Amino acid sequence: MHYIFEPGLFSSGPVRTAVLVGTVVAVTSGVIGVLTVIRGQSFAGHSLADVATTGGAGAFLIGVDQFWGFLLAGVVGAAIMELIGVQRRRGRDVATGVVLGAALGAAALFLYLGTQTSSTTGASFTILFGSMFVISPDTVPALIASGIVALAVVAVLSRVLLLASLSPDLAAARGVPVRAVGMAYLMALAVAVSLSAVAIGAVLSTALLIGPAATALRVTKRPGLAMAASALTGTAATWLGILLAYDSFYWSSSGRGWPVSFFIVALVLIAYLLSYARRPGRGRRDGRSTRARKVLVEA
Amino acid sequence: MFSSLMMNTWIAASIVAVIAGVTGFFAVLRGQSFAAHAIPNGAFAGAAGAGLLGLNVIWGLAVFALAGALGIGALGRRARQDVVTALVLVLMLGTGALFLSLSTEYAEVTYSLLFGEVFGVSPAVLVPIAVLGAVSVAAIAVIYRPLLLASALPEVADARGVSTRRMEVCFLVVMALATSMTVPVVGALLVFALMIGPAAAARSFTRRPGAAVAVATGIALVTVWVGIALSYRTNWPLGFYVGVIAAGFFLLGQGWTAVRRHGVRGRTSAAPVPADAC
Repeated sequence: MHYIFEPGLFSSGPVRTAVLVGTVVAVTSGVIGVLTVIRGQSFAGHSLADVATTGGAGAFLIGVDQFWGFLLAGVVGAAIMELIGVQRRRGRDVATGVVLGAALGAAALFLYLGTQTSSTTGASFTILFGSMFVISPDTVPALIASGIVALAVVAVLSRVLLLASLSPDLAAARGVPVRAVGMAYLMALAVAVSLSAVAIGAVLSTALLIGPAATALRVTKRPGLAMAASALTGTAATWLGILLAYDSFYWSSSGRGWPVSFFIVALVLIAYLLSYARRPGRGRRDGRSTRARKVLVEA
Repeated sequence: MFSSLMMNTWIAASIVAVIAGVTGFFAVLRGQSFAAHAIPNGAFAGAAGAGLLGLNVIWGLAVFALAGALGIGALGRRARQDVVTALVLVLMLGTGALFLSLSTEYAEVTYSLLFGEVFGVSPAVLVPIAVLGAVSVAAIAVIYRPLLLASALPEVADARGVSTRRMEVCFLVVMALATSMTVPVVGALLVFALMIGPAAAARSFTRRPGAAVAVATGIALVTVWVGIALSYRTNWPLGFYVGVIAAGFFLLGQGWTAVRRHGVRGRTSAAPVPADAC
């Protein structure tokens, strides 16, 4: 037992914060990720994360907590993407890409100016790759609250959202305001992405968003069940990742741990690959249409 | 600005711009912006690994970019491509985070690999850049017609016996080669801006594929040249200028399309990018 749980694991304040925040992040990202995968918006999810980097860098520049930067940039980015029309299949990739390119350019500038004005050089690493053990306890209530708000939005809209995701025409015919629903979903996505940007870094947050959701959707085609499975997978990967990262401080004598983000990403990917072993060889069109039919029948 | 030290930068950046323009055209045409974003980002992990082992950065970039391209190509057959691309991307980025935390000099190295280092081009990097650039252009020239057909009209290509699957893998490999030379100059995060922005803008100005490739290359060259000049003057990162100028050209293209459409038959549709641009 002593070899698995290294001394001081349970009494360490940063670890407790990390576990608490990590759970909230994993559940939020897991649930919203399922919708992202069903809607085929992995690129939008990843772009929001990268756009959030700009906000994180800007917040670092003016000395505010990163989370607010991530959140503001994520929400603004989501609004811009909605304006240029993420719902159109053709052309949306390009428009998303151009916005993303400009945002990353701004991030480069903010980080450059930030490192010019302050002497801390590790900031770009923290913003991009995260560091769960340095989350400030002051922001924890805000993190949890925004996670709950995002989950509540998705829970209230879940039925309508699934219908609008799988068959926009049918949803529109039934009087669902498809655009407004899509906007609400993108806002929830922005919150989820900002949360996981705090936890495992802006450029890696896609792992918690897409990985568990894609795994869950390979195992079950029922959206509700997939959301639960996805949240569970994400939480398990996060907890195990925190444990391994904490233990890794003791693996070598150098006294430097491996980054917790690396372990979480690796565990998420192992889970995804395991889902292949369990259910080999399902065609993608086949899987998608089955899922679509099932949801439409339920709706 | 044109000292012998800076000449390396100008030459390297020009080669990079040509390749980015040519590959970017196909990336936009095929709707593979996400792959164009994922491969350079993932390649960054290879650079970090090469730095850790003390090798030339460009070989690390090449190995990881190729592995990423082949991974996306192979796994993409079994699942949705955007999901696979996202997962391959985070796998490589996660590895990169590990490499960076293990190496001792991470802050400056990370920053210049991610966001570009305009004055960091050494003669040792120039030779591989030129060689890889020539190989990429030659490869695109050889597969130009079947690739164009497979990208624009996949069904017709299949009917004519052109394997769209093989073309996809070929294209991803070329993109990987292009990536591994572009990253040291403009940085992993902004290779993408240089590929997508000019190519997307070019599509607004011409419908003919050959002309679009030429226009995209021209815009990419102007973007990089103006970016270097401004970066040299202000000392701000090149990546910033590349991202903003590329986006500016895209908006210009959108404006041009809107104006032309307005002049021809009034403003009928809000969709600015012609869906059948080929």
